[in-house]
Amino acid sequence: MSAAATTALPAATPTVTPEPRASRAPLWLILPAVMLFVGIVLVPLAMTVLLSFHDWGQYKGIEPVLILKNWQEIATDPYYAEMFGRTLRIALITTLVTALLGAPEAYILNRMSGRWRGLFLLLILGPLLISVVARTLGWALLFGGSNGLANKLLMSLGVISSPLPFLFTETGVVIALVHVMMPFMVLSVWAALQRLDPQVEHAAMSLGAGPVTIIRRIVLPQIMPGVLSGAIIVFSLSASAFATPAIIGGRRLKVAATLAYDEFLNTLNWPLGAAVAVLLLAGLVLIVVGANALVERRYAEVFR
Amino acid sequence: MTTNSRSAAPLLELEHVAKAFGSHVAVEDFNLAVAPGEFISFLGPSGCGKTTTLQMIAGFLAPSRGTIRLEGCDLTQVHPSKRGLGIVFQSYALFPHMTAAENVAFGLEMQRVSKAERAERVRAALAMVGLSGYEDRHPRRMSGGQQQRVALARALVIRPSVLLLDEPLSNLDAKLREEMQIELRQIQRELGTTTILVTHDQTEALSLSDRIVVMSKGRIEQIGTPQDTYERPSSAFVAQFLGKTNDFTARIEGAGPARIVAGGWSAPAPVGLSGPVTISVRPERIGFAETGLPGRVAARIFQGNHWLFQCETECGPAIVVRPNDGLAQPGEGEAVRLAWRPEDMSLRAGAAA
Amino acid sequence: MSRNGPLALAFHGLFVTFMLAPIVVVCLVAFTPEGFLSLPTNGFSLRWFRAIADYPEFVHAFWVSLGLGALSSLIALLFAVPAALALTRYAVPGRGALQALFLSPLMIPHVVLGVAFLRFFTALGLGGTFLALLAAHIVVVFPFAFRLTLAAAAGLDPSVERAAVSLGAGGFTLFRRVTLPLILPGVVSGWALAFIQSFDDLTMTVFLAAPGTETLPVRMFLYIQDNIDPLVTSVSACVIAVTMVFLAVLDRLYGLDRVLAGKGSH
Repeated sequence: MSAAATTALPAATPTVTPEPRASRAPLWLILPAVMLFVGIVLVPLAMTVLLSFHDWGQYKGIEPVLILKNWQEIATDPYYAEMFGRTLRIALITTLVTALLGAPEAYILNRMSGRWRGLFLLLILGPLLISVVARTLGWALLFGGSNGLANKLLMSLGVISSPLPFLFTETGVVIALVHVMMPFMVLSVWAALQRLDPQVEHAAMSLGAGPVTIIRRIVLPQIMPGVLSGAIIVFSLSASAFATPAIIGGRRLKVAATLAYDEFLNTLNWPLGAAVAVLLLAGLVLIVVGANALVERRYAEVFR
Repeated sequence: MTTNSRSAAPLLELEHVAKAFGSHVAVEDFNLAVAPGEFISFLGPSGCGKTTTLQMIAGFLAPSRGTIRLEGCDLTQVHPSKRGLGIVFQSYALFPHMTAAENVAFGLEMQRVSKAERAERVRAALAMVGLSGYEDRHPRRMSGGQQQRVALARALVIRPSVLLLDEPLSNLDAKLREEMQIELRQIQRELGTTTILVTHDQTEALSLSDRIVVMSKGRIEQIGTPQDTYERPSSAFVAQFLGKTNDFTARIEGAGPARIVAGGWSAPAPVGLSGPVTISVRPERIGFAETGLPGRVAARIFQGNHWLFQCETECGPAIVVRPNDGLAQPGEGEAVRLAWRPEDMSLRAGAAA
Repeated sequence: MSRNGPLALAFHGLFVTFMLAPIVVVCLVAFTPEGFLSLPTNGFSLRWFRAIADYPEFVHAFWVSLGLGALSSLIALLFAVPAALALTRYAVPGRGALQALFLSPLMIPHVVLGVAFLRFFTALGLGGTFLALLAAHIVVVFPFAFRLTLAAAAGLDPSVERAAVSLGAGGFTLFRRVTLPLILPGVVSGWALAFIQSFDDLTMTVFLAAPGTETLPVRMFLYIQDNIDPLVTSVSACVIAVTMVFLAVLDRLYGLDRVLAGKGSH
């Protein structure tokens, strides 16, 4: 009669419980979506990896053999090292700038009163959903040639004396990318700020902390996970960005995405383009997964 | 009376019902026969298996073993939507996108009741729970008590064979809860609907039920009328869980006519007991007297209609409840003697824990 | 609540200016009366909006984008809603892996997806067809439709559905009368967000589109590659206007920060 063996166990409180006769239901509810993804995501990706090992010639086209030619070319030709280096540099600087500007802005937004906060949140996050082409076109107009509004403005303010080159430079690409990526950073920090107990700041204040100390010792450590996860998103999206580098960077300032585009649709060397794309994917997956693991381990207690 | 209702053909039967989640046994060998019109409470602390049992009756969980029969028919293979049971959920589970009337009408629609009859029965059901005039309100715009009434009307309007109530009053404040208890009892009596209530609130179970099923750790501890279970708890658990109780360590002394002795208090002992024994007495059955177990009042708390005393005695701590009859009561620190009638106590072998 | 100091407000002003500048410039230039890129200093003109009509490629691309967005997000929902319901209702084995699979188009760079789809659909003989575009867009917008539906389904009190079941509702009736109405805001928001994603996508689509199936962003991109003139700014202004309408709907329906929360994250 003794229930000693079961008493120590925690009480089971089932919240989601399968109905006795409907236990097959999840299978046919999920199967269509799984098949869709296997058929139209996994198979094409596998084919692309395979493609990167195929041979290609100007006149013979694609030859379905398994060779390392494309990978050797990427590994040895300094052109690819320079291109991937540029991609990495642009992504890193963009990430840094969005974090430095986006985190304070999210904090300022969070301190605003309800109505203003809603309005500015809409203004800052809204661009996220506006076509990247339209937004980048705006930067092209601001930077562009003799009519470049940015230069006119900076010169009339006396910040610079002669026009700075923005179009077709890395600086221009970074500025436009920062604009494109900023909503992701603000959103990520904003989410972290929402989890913050406002009383904590008051508690620090009551203990004699000044505003700078509060931000440095109380707020920043708590929103750091948000900044870091925002940084991971911004980095991976910047490193694979296409429209902005293509329009602002022009034809010479190649990054990984624009190079893959060129190989596929201009040079028609698909195997080489596939190798570039696969390398980009593999690199990003490694960096993102690694960074995520690091952030989660470091901030496990903040994440709860 | 209880004996009568037990002899009638049971409406709902649970036989050797058990439920395990992996290696954890949530309910063990549950046996119960519910007579038509009976009001049964499953009472116990959280995790005792009462909600799991209710969910097996409702059909949201399948029993690992045993059978559940409704009017003689095995329910195990019947889909929850075909069981015809009325359920009131702890969260009320009203459909937030429907008005009160639409909520109540839903079950009738499922039964394809004609529109005219539907309207009439919805009106009557809402009137029964005192919500006439609230037909077009949405649940979000109703108070907790009103939502509770809609949930009750919705469950009753389909004329269920059994009404299942899953902690329905636990989200209400104390005053409203008392009102709803009385109303629930009245409605249940009027309709004669067989009802099973799951609760962890002993007063709720005591005041509403014909019979109480006290559960602990997945097992039934005792089944009986409220008075029976309160007066004659079959185990220390039931005694502790249903109301407060005092446990004193006493000794059996003398041989010829042996006596139970607890300090200065003694009474004739039943035959066959020896060594240390535990006496259980309810706080309201202990009085202050000239002779008896000597003690000292450690704390005296005024609780409106009664006084609560915490006393220290040589046989262990004691709680004494005395009605506020306007007479002088012993103060804190005062020496007192505690006494009770032998028939008000229950005995167990061994010293008190 | 502590207020922002003047320094913070100045920073905020510059920040908002930075965020709005390129969008405002595009919209202003679209109204120029001149024949070249300039701000409308000599009054506003609609000539460049009228000029769109004389350039059928843009009009056609607009209809392609609209149809593609509406259709792909709708079909994505047909897959996403059952999957989200199953994942929230049942103890599905491998739940984490399945969710990762369904959200994977957010993690995989669109340029890689574009390359993979081009390879795949060309091998199937579907290169440059609307069908290929549609299939690709369904997969790419799926995570957006899926996540909002999942959040709505997870937020549903399971006892509400049980109450409906106990009252006799089963199978499809339960879904139509109780579950769907309750998750509808999430589903509609998911559709709108998915539509915007499809409507705006350039990076993946540019690999798949052929003359005749070019979407508006692709047409604009190819146009900008050749030259930038006020015509493309007026087209952009129209795109911005369409997006604004959807944005307003989303904000009303669901709250913009909730819709976007975690967008692009994992």
